[in-house]
Amino acid sequence: MSQVRIDQLIPEGKLLASGHLACPGCAAPLAMKLALNALGPNTVAVIPASCFTIISGPWPQSSLQVPVFHTAFATGPAVASGVRAALDMQGKHDTNVIVWVGDGGTFDIGLQSLSGAAERNENIMYFCYDNEAYMNTGIQRSSATPWGAWTTTTPAQFPEASPKKDMLAIMAAHGIPYAATATPAYPADFIEKVMKMKQARGTRFMHLLSPCPPGWKCGDDEGLELARLAVQSRVFPMLEVEYGQRWRLTMDHAGDPVEPYLRRQGRFRHLNAEQVTHIQSEIDARWAQLQRRLDAETLAAV
Amino acid sequence: MKKVMVGNHAVAWGVRLARVEVISAYPITPQTQVVEKLSEMCADGTLPARFIKVESEHSAMAAVIGASATGVRTFTASSSHGLLYMHEMLHWAGGARLPIVMVDVNRAVGAPWNIWTDQNDSLSQRDTGWVQLYCEHNQEVVDTTVMAFKLAEALDVPVMLMLDGFYLSHTAEPVDIPDQEMVDRFLPKREAPYRLDTEHPHAFGGLVKPDAYMEMRWLQQEALNHVPETLAAIEKDWQRMFGRSYGAIEAYRAQDAELLLVTSGTVTSTARAVVDARRAQGEKIGVLKVKMFRPFPSALLRDALRGVPRVAVLDRNVSPGHGGIFAEELRSALYDLPDAERPELFGFVLGLGGRDITPAVIDDVIAQTRAGQVPSREDLWVGVNP
Repeated sequence: MSQVRIDQLIPEGKLLASGHLACPGCAAPLAMKLALNALGPNTVAVIPASCFTIISGPWPQSSLQVPVFHTAFATGPAVASGVRAALDMQGKHDTNVIVWVGDGGTFDIGLQSLSGAAERNENIMYFCYDNEAYMNTGIQRSSATPWGAWTTTTPAQFPEASPKKDMLAIMAAHGIPYAATATPAYPADFIEKVMKMKQARGTRFMHLLSPCPPGWKCGDDEGLELARLAVQSRVFPMLEVEYGQRWRLTMDHAGDPVEPYLRRQGRFRHLNAEQVTHIQSEIDARWAQLQRRLDAETLAAV
Repeated sequence: MKKVMVGNHAVAWGVRLARVEVISAYPITPQTQVVEKLSEMCADGTLPARFIKVESEHSAMAAVIGASATGVRTFTASSSHGLLYMHEMLHWAGGARLPIVMVDVNRAVGAPWNIWTDQNDSLSQRDTGWVQLYCEHNQEVVDTTVMAFKLAEALDVPVMLMLDGFYLSHTAEPVDIPDQEMVDRFLPKREAPYRLDTEHPHAFGGLVKPDAYMEMRWLQQEALNHVPETLAAIEKDWQRMFGRSYGAIEAYRAQDAELLLVTSGTVTSTARAVVDARRAQGEKIGVLKVKMFRPFPSALLRDALRGVPRVAVLDRNVSPGHGGIFAEELRSALYDLPDAERPELFGFVLGLGGRDITPAVIDDVIAQTRAGQVPSREDLWVGVNP
């Protein structure tokens, strides 16, 4: 567990203004606030269709104090590639270009554009805030929706039948300089990773677990706690991968049983004991696979 | 400086002369040589620009949208299915009022597969907020490419210019390359009034509610309404500096004509030859080339066609279930004329999927127009063997 104090890590400044339009308990604006404060005002944000299109505020307002280009669903990394090229042509090589987008825009419709940008190793930072469904349109499943979850398109009688895509592994396989998982429930870890992203060059990818109380059917005050349970139960391991090679755990994972994590969310309420056991066995299998990926030396350092 | 070059290379030369700073494109037949030539120019430094080699046309348009929003001059090129794949982002460029210039090498759309020319790819993009300019020859291509940037940046509207696949894209003609210093005077560096700038942060393209969305659309319409006069002024400057100009529409031997052939693209050149032959035999016949399709130059066309007895529209395109698209728009433009001055309009659908429009085909069109007592409600398909 990181011992760095958050107030030492975050520069002064308020780049996400109050008055944004997120639902109560949404983790995404917290993540944006932490990320922007770590990156500083010399940042351009590209926001494809997502909850954040709304959260950042309607015209003529904007809760973000950095320039923002809102764009169509599938195009975040491509637009960011263009912004990067144009800034470079203007000599503004030190301006950060970030893409901020949900799981639908990343795992599904935006995957081609993201893969293209990663293959070209565009000098951009990509943040996927993952709330595990199409929340902005009213909780429809995405390919980030976990097996067994209820959504409005995977009703409780026929819940989500596919396992969640391993987005970090997909991005790591592109060999990009930096890919990581994080959650605003562990802000110090998150900010440290943003700082590393800021210092690196090339395509940098972050997969953020971002709880959504309306979609997860939990209390407004429970989201961050659930995100911590997800990490502790190894549902969402905290990882870094450099150049697709060096995999590293950045936080301890207790391996707590997954059941309490599931039982506190209405989207898993219909699961029977057998299904919970199945989810646990999947987590254990993926953990074993991850162990094989982790470098023994860096494991020892955690 | 005169060079012999294919239309695709004429495009690349126009882009180079315009000092474009960011290019993004994806290859597609018959546009491919545009991408290849521009890659070469970027690689050897004759065009100091960033070329983003994307994974799809959708991303190509998205990338130039991002770059254009940051204030630089941008370009892309596509054709047929590639253009259709960009469709969503064409709307985005138009709505965001970004002065992007693109070339579409006209090519038919599948199914079935067909790589040869017709205009259904670009005409199916007519409602995306882009100016559309159809070129007749390679000199016009290089000149129009440069002028397109001036037009786009004057009004903050994207501009698409078209050249016929293979007929122009792969046919070599002598082209007079304008002098770079003179082009620099004609087209100075872009000054974007609004751009992504960390010194002056603004949000672009965010949610606009019903109380203001319509005003933004209206402003877009207003900008497009100013295209004809703005293009005329730009052409005047071009004429003064380079001794050539074209126009939104161009009449050829149209004075006293009893029959006018309305054309666009390369078929115009064939029609000119037919008209020359007919005029030599004393027939009062001419050509009206329509270069600009969006905005549709309705007022100019009404003036040009007022009182002409018969007009034959040659459409290398079709709106299935309706008819030729130029004819359709022209009928709408002429509706305002009093009955006595309104020409009888005959629409012809021909040359689809690269089928040749030869002088004999145009002779057939003329014969049918002369023979027709009443204009057909349906456009006639020429050369179809059912």
